[in-house]
Amino acid sequence: MTRQRDDAHAQGVSTTISRASQAGPKVSATDISVFYGDKQALFDVSLDMPDRAVTALIGPSGCGKSTFLRCINRMNDTIPGARVEGRIILDEEDINDRGVDPVLLRARVGMVFQKPNPFPKSIFENVAYGPRIHGFASTKSELADIVESSLKRAGLWAEVADRLQAPGTSLSGGQQQRLVIARAIAVSPEVILMDEPCSALDPIATAKIEELIDDLRSQYCIVIVTHSMAQAARVSQRTAFFHMGTVVEAGATDEIFTNPRDTRTQDYITGRFG
Amino acid sequence: MLIWIALIGLVLFSLTAYSAGRRKVLRASGGSTRVLHSLPGYYGAYVALWAAAPAAILLILVSMLGAQIEEAALRADPPAVVTQLPDSTQDVFYNDVVATVTGGQVSQTVYDGAIGEAFGAKLVQARDIHRNLVAATLAAALALALAGAAFAWPKISASFAARPRVERWIAALFLVCSIVAVLTTVGIVASLVWESWRFFQAVPIFEFLFGLTWDPQIAIRADQVASSGAFGAVPLFMGTFLIMMIAMTVAAPVGLFAAIYLSEYAGRTTRAVVKPLLEVLAGIPTVVYGFFAALTVGPLFRGFFNGIGAQLLGGPFDGVGLYLMQVQNQMALVAGAVMGIMLIPFVSSLSDDIINAVPQSLRDGSLAMGATRSETITRVIMPAALPGVMGALLLAISRAVGETMIVTMAAGLQARATFNPLDTVTTVTVQIVTLLTGDQEFDSPKTLSAFGLGLTLFVITLVLNIVALQIVQRYREQYD
Repeated sequence: MTRQRDDAHAQGVSTTISRASQAGPKVSATDISVFYGDKQALFDVSLDMPDRAVTALIGPSGCGKSTFLRCINRMNDTIPGARVEGRIILDEEDINDRGVDPVLLRARVGMVFQKPNPFPKSIFENVAYGPRIHGFASTKSELADIVESSLKRAGLWAEVADRLQAPGTSLSGGQQQRLVIARAIAVSPEVILMDEPCSALDPIATAKIEELIDDLRSQYCIVIVTHSMAQAARVSQRTAFFHMGTVVEAGATDEIFTNPRDTRTQDYITGRFG
Repeated sequence: MLIWIALIGLVLFSLTAYSAGRRKVLRASGGSTRVLHSLPGYYGAYVALWAAAPAAILLILVSMLGAQIEEAALRADPPAVVTQLPDSTQDVFYNDVVATVTGGQVSQTVYDGAIGEAFGAKLVQARDIHRNLVAATLAAALALALAGAAFAWPKISASFAARPRVERWIAALFLVCSIVAVLTTVGIVASLVWESWRFFQAVPIFEFLFGLTWDPQIAIRADQVASSGAFGAVPLFMGTFLIMMIAMTVAAPVGLFAAIYLSEYAGRTTRAVVKPLLEVLAGIPTVVYGFFAALTVGPLFRGFFNGIGAQLLGGPFDGVGLYLMQVQNQMALVAGAVMGIMLIPFVSSLSDDIINAVPQSLRDGSLAMGATRSETITRVIMPAALPGVMGALLLAISRAVGETMIVTMAAGLQARATFNPLDTVTTVTVQIVTLLTGDQEFDSPKTLSAFGLGLTLFVITLVLNIVALQIVQRYREQYD
């Protein structure tokens, strides 16, 4: 009895963060350290990311936000010399376990990059890429359905419905980024990671992407790295402030932005550094 | 000889002019470089260039054309005994006179009797001409150097814009060098076209391009003009094509897959070892590949096919067995296979560059979708790199078409219109070599046909290269 209460108590103290999501975190990282060769980029980072909510990772350049993001779908595995320590629990399973195939993990944890990176294929083939390699569609019409619904959810369908065979690279930057989001959605991931998805886009395209992120929130666990404080405030429910490879402060976005506990956080969000 | 000494003197003179010009402008400015339009060195260089360049150009021109000028002067009043000689012997005569005077290469002809007297007389005349020419050149060079220095010297002042003027001289130097390169190329092509045109007067171009028999030996008999059909180049082009196809069958997959391994799978340390090793292959002279083909691969293949032939004898495939028993060391397959090995590093190094140029973001994008490495390669990277890889393969083809040594040593010399890789064949380049080696007269269709072949080959490789570079270029633009 006592012990249970202690646990509950401990949880309540350690994560004021997770109060917002009653269901518990979708992704929970504990003591994550990342090394690139001899250089350590992350120092014992622990962070919970709730389902059906947007978690924003903010902080100055080189603070480890992107490195942390890339731990969640094990993209750091593809970098020679990179080493990750610690646990990341996705739905009660440690994704760093030996038994976990990173290839299958990445089908569950989609990722959108800083620069739109459509493949040199048609719009249709770009979206169909994931379903094809994972065998999600057994017939052509099924595949077409997946492509259509993904493009619709990414808010791009109306713009490209009549030219699905045009090359993906022929779209504008903002459209390309939505195409890439549609490509990620097409494999029905549970988590979507976004690494500064709007930094290469103009304000109008940015607004569209932000709107889209807000729509997608109802179905996915979204983690977004952003340099724009305003964007973090607009799209996220939770925010974690990274500084020099550690999480300085994490909590509900409103709280972080209105009442930061750490002076470094306050300095950063008021624009005094970074 | 004197002219070269004069050139050295000119260099010393221009060095003096340099430091004099520099000192003059510094004196004019009172030692401060701040009030000068240009750095002091530019004033020195300006004077030095005017002092040296015109005279140097004159000296170099004379040293290049001196012999011709002297010969032309000598020929002005030819002795009667010499005019009776045939043209080519006259050429030798005059050449020997000039060479004796200037210390050049003399032929082994012995001049005696009337011709010996003429030779002696001409020799005296040539010495005179040579002495006069050298003296006149040196005097003119000295005058030019002094005039140049005198022209530049008064202009030196603190406000004089020496820097842009020196800049113009330097630009002119670069221009001259590039003109030399371009003119040389134009000259080569022009001589190729000219000689080919002479060939096509003896042999109709249609016959050359579409004729099925290649037998240039017929024309060697002085009384006989090329008989029809002897200069049909089709067998040669078929041989070239056959060997190129075999070479590419080896080089394209192996080179490409090696490039994929290097750029996508190999770790940094593996790459650091394997890539230089592959490139060592590219540094081996083709003649080494040639005797590797002739002495090692040829007998190996022959033994292999003869062995199979022996097994088939007496069976249902007796005919095939008989044929295989007769296979020789020299065959298209050997030359093609070894040429393919030669091309592997060429293909892999070019393809490696191209595959590396595919942006990392595409790789990340595909991997992040849950694709494996090989899925990423076949579905994303190769389609992106394909145009560039095609360009690399076309460049390899044009090298295969132009390759000579391996084929000479390993494919045989018989011109045969065949696509059988076990036959001996010959290629365009090999025929050019056999036509032009040894003592040849350059006015028979036999030797001239080499130019026709050369021109055709040149056009083919030129088109291939242009297409290939165009493709590679377009591909590069896409990602930069």
